[in-house]
Amino acid sequence: MNQVIIRNISRKYGDTTALQAVGFSVPPGELFGLIGPDGAGKTTLFRILTTLLLPDSGSATVCGFDIIRDWKEIRTRVGYMPGRFSLYQDLSMEENLLFFATVFNTRVEENYDLIRDIYVQIEPFRKRRAGKLSGGMKQKLALCCALIHRPEVLFLDEPTTGVDPVSRVEFWDMLRRLKQQGITILVSTPYMDEASRCDRIALMRSGHCLSIDTPGAICRSFGKPLYAVRSGRMYALLKELRTYKETFSCYAFGDSHHLTLNPGGADDVGALQTWLRDKGYTDVSIEPIAPGIEDCFMESGDRNV
Amino acid sequence: MSVIETDKLSKRFGSFTAVDRISFRVEKGEIFGFLGANGAGKTTAMRMLCGLSVPTSGQARVAGYDVYREQEQIKKHIGYMSQRFSLYGDLTVGENIRLFGGIYGLPKKQLAGRTDELLRTLGMENERNTFVSDLPLGWKQKLAFSVAIIHEPEIVFLDEPTGGVDPVTRRRFWELIYRASERGITAFVTTHYMDEAEYCNRVSIMVDGRIEALDKPAALKDTFQAGNMNEVFRALARKAVRNE
Repeated sequence: MNQVIIRNISRKYGDTTALQAVGFSVPPGELFGLIGPDGAGKTTLFRILTTLLLPDSGSATVCGFDIIRDWKEIRTRVGYMPGRFSLYQDLSMEENLLFFATVFNTRVEENYDLIRDIYVQIEPFRKRRAGKLSGGMKQKLALCCALIHRPEVLFLDEPTTGVDPVSRVEFWDMLRRLKQQGITILVSTPYMDEASRCDRIALMRSGHCLSIDTPGAICRSFGKPLYAVRSGRMYALLKELRTYKETFSCYAFGDSHHLTLNPGGADDVGALQTWLRDKGYTDVSIEPIAPGIEDCFMESGDRNV
Repeated sequence: MSVIETDKLSKRFGSFTAVDRISFRVEKGEIFGFLGANGAGKTTAMRMLCGLSVPTSGQARVAGYDVYREQEQIKKHIGYMSQRFSLYGDLTVGENIRLFGGIYGLPKKQLAGRTDELLRTLGMENERNTFVSDLPLGWKQKLAFSVAIIHEPEIVFLDEPTGGVDPVTRRRFWELIYRASERGITAFVTTHYMDEAEYCNRVSIMVDGRIEALDKPAALKDTFQAGNMNEVFRALARKAVRNE
């Protein structure tokens, strides 16, 4: 049975649509990612699934319980780490952990094996007040508190936002290990490169799900040739490429520009090469590449939704 | 011409050395990437360069002014924008421009003209009386950046300006940085997106309070035999011994 089932959920704040007919299911033990920028609706969806907010329409179950009728049941079975640090700043690290264990009617010792890997990294600071911890330590403590009652489903709202690339990789390694313990994990992130760490993802923008699938399948569905274009003068090249009549889209992607050509056109790289040479770009390289999630996100659907 | 020059600039808090003798120069109009892991000392270094924190030792001049004695002058000659703090959501677009223009010391007369010009270039003439909280994120960002450089500063400090922003808006934002740089405004940028490090003329990477690498992205990739800046960053940041 699916641990999370979402059917057609919509939610507005005044005139602003936060979620529009969102639906998907997450089977037990899956690491599911909600990928999208600020304003995509990720937090609203998490707040609805954790019974902190009511949807305007649609329904959902978590661990088989209805999010409206059975909210008390759900709250004992899920762990939730909000995007904003929400522990008690004036309690020490170990007091926070003890508090959450007590609230959930358990003891720290009972589920210590689940958090051991994470807790040992911050344990030297266990007497320090939570408000005085560094960002990385706060994050690890919050994760421990969300896990201490051994939840069936874990909701993590943007745990890696503002975190440097090395620590982000470590955090995802940690999630992999939790997944191996059988916990179903829903995690949101604005970093498109993290999509590949998930079993399946929902790409979200402005309250809409653009696609739901494995990262690999989404990348394969890109549906047209993609080229990486490089030269010595990258910014000038970007502006030039946008004026080329066969250009469909062109975006800067770090050390190259990613380019697609008009559908139904000749798809003629040689012609582009010649055109650029005539414009004075003699050092251009154009090579076909496999699209990534960020390419798919930028090409998908109506950009204005 | 250098707009930032530091020589063994350091900041200690008690026995903890947050910034450890960093020496570097940033040239006029340069887009300078200031990278490092969380806790490496970026924020402390940036606070000193913005005239918000007095160094413990070493020297630094920003826009020609001394970081010990001329902090108020520094603040007048720089702009600052971050993802967390940029504009007031409960003021209108026009009010935000007037507020920041006033804070940056633009004379009233000049400010009116500058406001019109700014709204025109941004294509936001119809939004003058819109609350900033009601603007789409991409517009907010454009506006925040334009307000940060409304007084034509020598340098604009951008602290993770693109965090959480959608991929298309993120790229448009970098075009604003390029345009400002073409006008001679130096951009000093921190980011956790390693593709953005590629857009910088030069990049420095801090590890445990020190600058461990500083060069053009292509040269850094050569030095570290890395395929991209992400690998360069990881090769360096892994050496860190201090726990933030």
